[in-house]
Amino acid sequence: MGDILGLVAKRLGLGLVILLIISVIIFFMVELLPGDIAQAVLGQGATPENLAALRKEMGLDQPAIVRYLGWLKGAVMLDFGNSIVTGASVSETIGTRFANTLFLAAYAAAIAVPISIVLGVLVALARNSIFDRVANVATLTSISSPEFFLGYILILYLAVKTGMFPAIASLREGMDFGDLLYRTFLPALTLVLVVTAHMMRMTRAAIINLLASPYIEMARLKGTPPWKVIVKHALPNAWAPIINVVALNLAYLITGVVLVEVVFVYPGIGQALVDAVSKRDFPVVQACCLIFAATFILLNLAADVGAILTNPRLRHPK
Amino acid sequence: MTKKKDVLLKIRDLKIEGYSDETWVPIIKGVDLTLHRGEVMGLIGESGAGKSTIGAACMGYARDGTRISNGSIEFDGMELTTATEADRRMLRGSRIAYVAQSAAASFNPAHKIIDQHTEAPLQYRLKKRLEAQEDAMELYEKLRLPNPQEIGFRYPHQVSGGQLQRAMTAMAMSCRPDLIIFDEPTTALDVTTQIEVLAAIRDIVDEFNTAAIYITHDLAVVAQMADTIKVLLKGEEVEEAPTKEMLDNPQEEYTKSLWAVRSFESPQKQRPKDGVPLISVRHVDAAYTKGEKILDDVSFDIYEGMTVAVVGESGSGKSTTARVITGLLPPMKGEVLFKGTPFPPDYRNRTKDQLRQCQMIYQMADTALNPKLKISELIGRPAQFYGGLKGVALKNRVDALLDMIELEPSQYYNRYPTELSGGQKQRIGIARALAAEPSFIVCDEVTSALDQLVAEGILRLLDRLQRDLNLAYMFITHDLATVRSIADEVVVMQHGKVVEQGPKDDMFTPPHHPYTDLLLSSVPEMDPNWLTTLLEERGIDNVGDAAAARLDPKDPKLTGANA
Repeated sequence: MGDILGLVAKRLGLGLVILLIISVIIFFMVELLPGDIAQAVLGQGATPENLAALRKEMGLDQPAIVRYLGWLKGAVMLDFGNSIVTGASVSETIGTRFANTLFLAAYAAAIAVPISIVLGVLVALARNSIFDRVANVATLTSISSPEFFLGYILILYLAVKTGMFPAIASLREGMDFGDLLYRTFLPALTLVLVVTAHMMRMTRAAIINLLASPYIEMARLKGTPPWKVIVKHALPNAWAPIINVVALNLAYLITGVVLVEVVFVYPGIGQALVDAVSKRDFPVVQACCLIFAATFILLNLAADVGAILTNPRLRHPK
Repeated sequence: MTKKKDVLLKIRDLKIEGYSDETWVPIIKGVDLTLHRGEVMGLIGESGAGKSTIGAACMGYARDGTRISNGSIEFDGMELTTATEADRRMLRGSRIAYVAQSAAASFNPAHKIIDQHTEAPLQYRLKKRLEAQEDAMELYEKLRLPNPQEIGFRYPHQVSGGQLQRAMTAMAMSCRPDLIIFDEPTTALDVTTQIEVLAAIRDIVDEFNTAAIYITHDLAVVAQMADTIKVLLKGEEVEEAPTKEMLDNPQEEYTKSLWAVRSFESPQKQRPKDGVPLISVRHVDAAYTKGEKILDDVSFDIYEGMTVAVVGESGSGKSTTARVITGLLPPMKGEVLFKGTPFPPDYRNRTKDQLRQCQMIYQMADTALNPKLKISELIGRPAQFYGGLKGVALKNRVDALLDMIELEPSQYYNRYPTELSGGQKQRIGIARALAAEPSFIVCDEVTSALDQLVAEGILRLLDRLQRDLNLAYMFITHDLATVRSIADEVVVMQHGKVVEQGPKDDMFTPPHHPYTDLLLSSVPEMDPNWLTTLLEERGIDNVGDAAAARLDPKDPKLTGANA
């Protein structure tokens, strides 16, 4: 097990290095945006003295590298400075937003991951049957439709026509958990429909890929029933690709949900990012980008570790 | 042998078809088979003869892409072709068990050995888990596996190939079946390991009076195991007879040709009295990154136009030596000389002419040829790269090379490797090596994936090319019969060291180095009593890994022979 800890530590270190590189890229990309930030804040009528004073206050008169290091130091302590537009602390503003996004992602993942793996196993078992084809077509249709379209369709049928669920996922202080789940059900369902196909098809492919292995034939020749051949003999060896595709989809659930948030007016981090970009609120933009990058890196790291942990050769060295 | 036996398995006019190129083509064309309780039948034939397909059919099982199209398979009074899939499945593992060719691939890497062993008994509710585990340990002990109490709780990758193969035999025994299908159970093993597996299988089959079908392409092996032998050719039966009779007095021409395979022997050439060796490996140590030392002070010479066979078990460093010579693995210490001048250790630093001199032919022609390239391109590329040939000159060269390997140029020029048989692919591999006009070719187990008749054709071809083109071969093999037929000199390797080397005749006449002796005496012979005699002479605990381990690496003969 010592080997595995070492491996994880190594991957984690590598992840930090990548994150550092990304922070450089993010910071200087935002730098490259055209226009003067002080001007943007104060508007056209600002006097040159006012502009200079604001630049000094915001530290814009310092060289970029100094500002980067200052920003990085803050970012390490989760202090991303203050919003230019509202003046509030960025961490506080997007902190709750990020928590909302995480909640929605977790909600969708808690439904989508088990469903897609179970479906994947079932279609692998009944491969080339009607069930296999119907499941394939249905999930492919849902993945091929844009998520905002899916969202509106769900609103039309489940909110407007039947009134089963609220069309707008507004959150209030002090909502109980059940109410929360109820109000966010439609955005979560939209996300489930978007990510299920990918994970299900990968599960199916990973399992079918193994069915030609000698140990699968051996299991069959031992009289093992077909479902057990798949679940007990193929699935444990198929985890690595499945975990990877699950991690990719989880990352998507966190970083790619802007459209769904807009459709359902859900106060997530995606909307915060879009607002900040249009208002040139660069501390917020930088913070959001860094959070997205960290999410991707962490999830991929988790996938790597998961793949290692499911490999008996690495878990039980000679 | 004398007691009256009931018929256990009766197959009549079995026909099996396989799906290829969008049609069903016959694989098995009407085979009959009758097996009595406690009887061991050997099924023998080349690959493609349908041995394994028949083996699977005995369990009422048709592999993916095949179907049983006609005939009857009656197991202990039950007709398998008309039974439901559920009924057939109830037989598998409980009354008919299967032992596969590669235990390493046939054990599920994700589960402990003993959990796979107890799967069938638990499935059929024959035993409780603990009982089944105890029974497994008893079987492991009977099969002389080391640490029988503990070995089952390891994962397959933690156990050696020979031990896994015995564990798989134990697994087949877990429900005390009436019939076991052994599908080439020792083909993937070294000769020294093969013996212990053969002995184990024979003992256990005897002890439980289990009937068995033993599938193999190795006549000497089947002679040790079977009561009767059935010879197959392209899905049809050639003949069947009791083992002794079949060996002494085969009736059919095809059978006689199988028996005669080992007759080819190239005359042994002697080193030139004076002269510089073509390739000289000097005190080479080598290791893969961070790993243990794989080669330890390896030295030998290869003279122009001669064949040096390098023999030893898997893991003894044969292929690593070839990698050092070709520059794929720069050595840690020592050097490789070509006609007396040092070769740069890394192939990247070698000149085109130096690269041209050393070519390789690989074991698996299947994977060594790019399936997306035509034969003309496969052979043409090195001719173009080394010879700078273009257009008509290139085409003529490719034609000449195809002629050399005895394939009709007009027929093969535009074909792809997948359209060729195993032997033909290996010939293309040879032509590709020849295209560079080398003086030295490394042949890495080039015949071990081929049937004996095909392999013999390849050996004859290599021998003829050697005479015509004055080629030197380094012939890596673990098959001593191949050594006997083609080698001029032999280098024996064990644990990365050269333990003995010299002219072939000397190597095959005693006294031997103890390891050479172990290798030589482990090669099965056609005599049906060979295994019995050997086990009596050596003792049951002195074969295979145990015997190899018993050789003291500090034995003065071991270091002394390394001159």
